[in-house]
Amino acid sequence: MDIVVCIKQVPDTEELPHIRVNPETNTLVRESAKGIINPFDENAIEEALRLRDAKGGRVTVISMGPPQAEEALRKALAMGADQAVLISDSSLAGSDTLATSYTLAMGIKKIGSFSLLILGKQAIDGDTAQVGPGLAEWLRIPQITYARKIEINGNKIRAERALEDAFEKVESTLPCLVTVTKEINIPRYPSLKGLLSAKKKEVLVWSADDLTLDRKRIGLEGSPTWVIKIFTPEPPPKGEVLAGEMPEVADRLIEKLREREVF
Amino acid sequence: MDFTLSSDQRMILEMLDEVCEKEFAPRADEISETGEFPSQNVKKLAELDLFGITIPKEFGGLGMDYVTWTLIAERISKACATTGLIFGANLLCSYPLEEYGTEEQKKKFLPPLASGQSLGAFALTEPEAGSDAGNVQTTARKENGHFVLNGTKIFITNGEVADIYIVIASTHKKSGPRGLTAFLLEKGTEGFSFGQHFEKMGLSALPNVELIFNDCRVPTSSVLLKERRGFKVAMGTFAAGRIGVGIGALGIAEAAFEKARAYARERVQFGRPISSFQAVQHMLADMATKIEAAKYLLYRAAWHLDRGEAFEQLASMGKLYASEMAMEVTTKAVQVFGGYGYMKDYPVERYMREAKLFEIIEGTSEIQRGIIANLILKER
Repeated sequence: MDIVVCIKQVPDTEELPHIRVNPETNTLVRESAKGIINPFDENAIEEALRLRDAKGGRVTVISMGPPQAEEALRKALAMGADQAVLISDSSLAGSDTLATSYTLAMGIKKIGSFSLLILGKQAIDGDTAQVGPGLAEWLRIPQITYARKIEINGNKIRAERALEDAFEKVESTLPCLVTVTKEINIPRYPSLKGLLSAKKKEVLVWSADDLTLDRKRIGLEGSPTWVIKIFTPEPPPKGEVLAGEMPEVADRLIEKLREREVF
Repeated sequence: MDFTLSSDQRMILEMLDEVCEKEFAPRADEISETGEFPSQNVKKLAELDLFGITIPKEFGGLGMDYVTWTLIAERISKACATTGLIFGANLLCSYPLEEYGTEEQKKKFLPPLASGQSLGAFALTEPEAGSDAGNVQTTARKENGHFVLNGTKIFITNGEVADIYIVIASTHKKSGPRGLTAFLLEKGTEGFSFGQHFEKMGLSALPNVELIFNDCRVPTSSVLLKERRGFKVAMGTFAAGRIGVGIGALGIAEAAFEKARAYARERVQFGRPISSFQAVQHMLADMATKIEAAKYLLYRAAWHLDRGEAFEQLASMGKLYASEMAMEVTTKAVQVFGGYGYMKDYPVERYMREAKLFEIIEGTSEIQRGIIANLILKER
């Protein structure tokens, strides 16, 4: 089965003090931080590799990002992916999740047909979890999000979704999009042979010109939402502790809430 | 002199750093406590193709250089000295096979060593043959196209877990060291069994077992290199093994140093971090300097080995220096930790117990000094 995995290179959270923000687009200057594959995307790659190893087929990994995102794609190749594509173009800078999912969808259309499209549930930098669902809509395929277990049987996929207060079992036909949680698997480390052979594999790089797309829907221009500010919040002030016996303490609490016009 | 790492090396080490941090280091204390063989670590090394780094590609390895091997062994040892030694002991089996083996022997034994499917071991040491390697008492009697082995070996690293053994036995008793022959044996051969496990000061999860040979028959094709060349096989193997052992000691020293430095920054006495006291600063400076010195002795030995040049002197120097340095650094690390350094809850006392072995194995410091003296006196 042909599987496509969308991944994102994100800053390594251990590098946080060194990350810089572009004042114009109010987005991270991605080149200033050491990049890693978004952890949930590693689970996505691993799941794709397992399915391919069991059922045959090819795993294509695709990402949209600056040129350094190629490192993330190479690591995916080292883990065992068959093909890697990077969509990179300066005109894509400032893309919000709508523009991103649109661009990725156009890239995936160029890759060709697939049975399964797998993503990590969300990126640890943006945390929106919107690109997966957006992609499914652009490509007009069903979507299963927060999957902690998936099973393919012929042309059907069964999945267990991890919701906040329950697990949900769903079934869909293929092609289908799935976003996965950390519980689904433990991603493999790339072996030495994998690392060395990945070096020789080509990562295809596509610019906006290589894709058939509507220029108005990409980059900053194609983004109906934009980031106003990224900042490190001030730590909250230490709270006030009301000590004493009930119900006197409760009375004092109500008084304080009234003072602050909470009600 | 170009000391930069190649991009391949950087890529491999980056991957290895993650594995060491997430898999080997967290388990190191536990396996040391329980003495349980770290089979998951061994499995991980095999999955990552690390057992085959220097083994030629035609035998399933990666055909890479020994400098890269040392960089990898260093990191493994830093995360978990036990795993580092299990990894290093394998080299004592693959290296002589590559150097002295026939095509058949290489075809048979190198691929499983490369894939990690089989672990290797080198068996020379006996109750009466430690530094006096020529005093091997295990005999190999020639009989009808076979050799029959009788005797015992002790302290054999990877003993019992290994499938492939290189065993040094005496085929010509009267000739002492010149009467020794190296044999390739597999676990499960009739007459080859295992005896005592010894409880050690440290590295309790490292298998060190007695090998017992009782009329153990092996075909003449088991001979490695040639009859009476066993001593040469052993000395040749140990020369490379010294680099491995030195690197193992270096890894432990680095781990101890980093812990000591971190602690010195945090620990406050007399109203200031102890890292602000000159006595502690000098200790840390000495530790760091000696670690750097050990690195380059060992890396250079590996570099000469890669180029097919004489490397034995540097290997001995590297092993001697690194092992004595590691003992010193780990002892100082315990000192930096003060009372806490003596407690099992903190890792530094373990490093100190582990480091001691490295002054002894693969040729004691005294033997190394003898070897170095011999070599330098031969020079012009």
